[in-house]
Amino acid sequence: MSEIGLAHYLTVAAILFTIGIFGIFLNRKNVIIILMSIELILLAVNINLIAFSWALEDLVGQIFAMFVLTVAAAEAAIGLAILVIYFRNRGSIAVEDVNVMKG
Amino acid sequence: MDLPNLEYAAPEIFVAIASMVLLMIGVFRGEGSSRPVAWLSMAVLIVAAVITALITPAETKYEFANLFVSSSFTTFLKVGVLLAAAVGIMMSVGYNEREAIDRFEYPVLIVLAALGMMVMVSANDLLSLYVGLELQSLALYVVAAIRRDSLKSSEAGLKYFVLGALASGMLLYGASMVYGFSGSTNFTNLAAFLAEGATPSVGLIVGLVFVIVGLAFKISAVPFHMWTPDVYEGAPTPVTAFFAAAPKLAAMGLFMSVLVGPFGGLAAQWSQVVIVVSVTSMVLGAFAAIAQTNIKRLMAYSSIGHVGYALVGLASGTKDGYSAVLVYMAIYIVMTLGTFAVILAMRRNGSMVEDISDLTGLSKNNPVMAAMMLIFMFSMAGIPPLAGFYAKLYVFLAAVDAGLYFLAVIGMLASVLGAYYYIRIVKLMYFDEPEEALDPHPGRDLGLVQFVAGMATLLFFLVPGVLVGAADKAVFSLASG
Repeated sequence: MSEIGLAHYLTVAAILFTIGIFGIFLNRKNVIIILMSIELILLAVNINLIAFSWALEDLVGQIFAMFVLTVAAAEAAIGLAILVIYFRNRGSIAVEDVNVMKG
Repeated sequence: MDLPNLEYAAPEIFVAIASMVLLMIGVFRGEGSSRPVAWLSMAVLIVAAVITALITPAETKYEFANLFVSSSFTTFLKVGVLLAAAVGIMMSVGYNEREAIDRFEYPVLIVLAALGMMVMVSANDLLSLYVGLELQSLALYVVAAIRRDSLKSSEAGLKYFVLGALASGMLLYGASMVYGFSGSTNFTNLAAFLAEGATPSVGLIVGLVFVIVGLAFKISAVPFHMWTPDVYEGAPTPVTAFFAAAPKLAAMGLFMSVLVGPFGGLAAQWSQVVIVVSVTSMVLGAFAAIAQTNIKRLMAYSSIGHVGYALVGLASGTKDGYSAVLVYMAIYIVMTLGTFAVILAMRRNGSMVEDISDLTGLSKNNPVMAAMMLIFMFSMAGIPPLAGFYAKLYVFLAAVDAGLYFLAVIGMLASVLGAYYYIRIVKLMYFDEPEEALDPHPGRDLGLVQFVAGMATLLFFLVPGVLVGAADKAVFSLASG
């Protein structure tokens, strides 16, 4: 077997990213799954950044990944907060119930 | 080690500290602090706009290890954003009190969003771009859902959050690809890397496309516009007014500075994308608005159309075109703030009404407001000699000069179609019999916004040079910096 190189990391990241995108668009069940998909997309980005940082021998990618991690935490907090007030008003967090306004 | 020169970031530092102070004032004063905090926030934004204008460097300055740029271009956008945000807060005070959603957090969140927009237009690195964009977006998600006991508002917040987070994810994925295939996230380095003339790698192009997609979400250009009508309809009306003005201007400025600055060497690649996005936005904005009955949804489709027209200038790829984009966006936010000042004044029996049919016969009940709405609608339709006509004239001229005749022709046709639904509102106001009168004008603040925006739209043709000159200067610093 060959050594694990940049291409392997990028492939994993691309797969995670695609799963994340599909998770948002194909999921008909639960808004929480959408939040998980968003996290998955951000993780794919982090893998990408760190793999590139390692391959380029450049620190910027790792610093970028730290920023992405912190902002992702803030984003998840706000997303869950909005989801909670939505649940209080609607009594459900099924994706198909998010339809008061159509579009 | 040299300390960074903080002078050029003075407006950002001022707004950041002021937002903390405002938060403290709100917390310690508790109940009833929303009105003073709102007026103080407005003062903070206006002072920041003055500081920004005063410290504009004659040449483009890079600071904070090249993460931050200050130039005439960033000044133009920042002053526009700050003033639009200040007007947004002004229009919200009376409404929030009447609707009992007057929390002091609201103006503070607007100030934080404005800070995010300032950082993102001053970004000279994908990292600072991302941080600024997220600061803006996170504040805006909360503001959209600020009316937390309303199903519509919380649904608007939820939809905006999910699609906004998706857009940020795409932008980031693109940023990581650009970083990996060029070796830098810095705009100056990227521009130098691409100017060498080597064929760009596929990875870099893919990254660029993802970045464009992420930013197109933020300016709500077709096909990434799906969130706009729902968020505009569901969010409380002053929030919608704010969304339609300041973040639009900031995101459009960012879109332009990213494409022209670091990716200027890939103009051949991105201009095709911009042309497609521009045409689809113009056409969808014109067709989809016809069927709307809710005036906030109508304004959402109208904003999508206007973004399409502004992108015509960007697609032309010339300095005149870029300057036309800035002029277009500046005129658009004046018109849109004025229109929303009219929409906010639409009340019947003490509660908000937002159907287009509620404007029926307005000219008999409230001739002044009807006249202002007439000016805004004619201007948005692009009828001379109002400001909206000049906005369209400049972008189409730039397109024709660049040889993009078909783009100009499609733009003209779309604006003729679009004129239908603007003029229909005028017809409702002036030629149809009134059903039941709207409440008398609520508050001087809305009247002031309507009047100032109306006069600016009406009298723009007397002094077009002021705005156009500022935009030309801004673009000069963008394209040469």
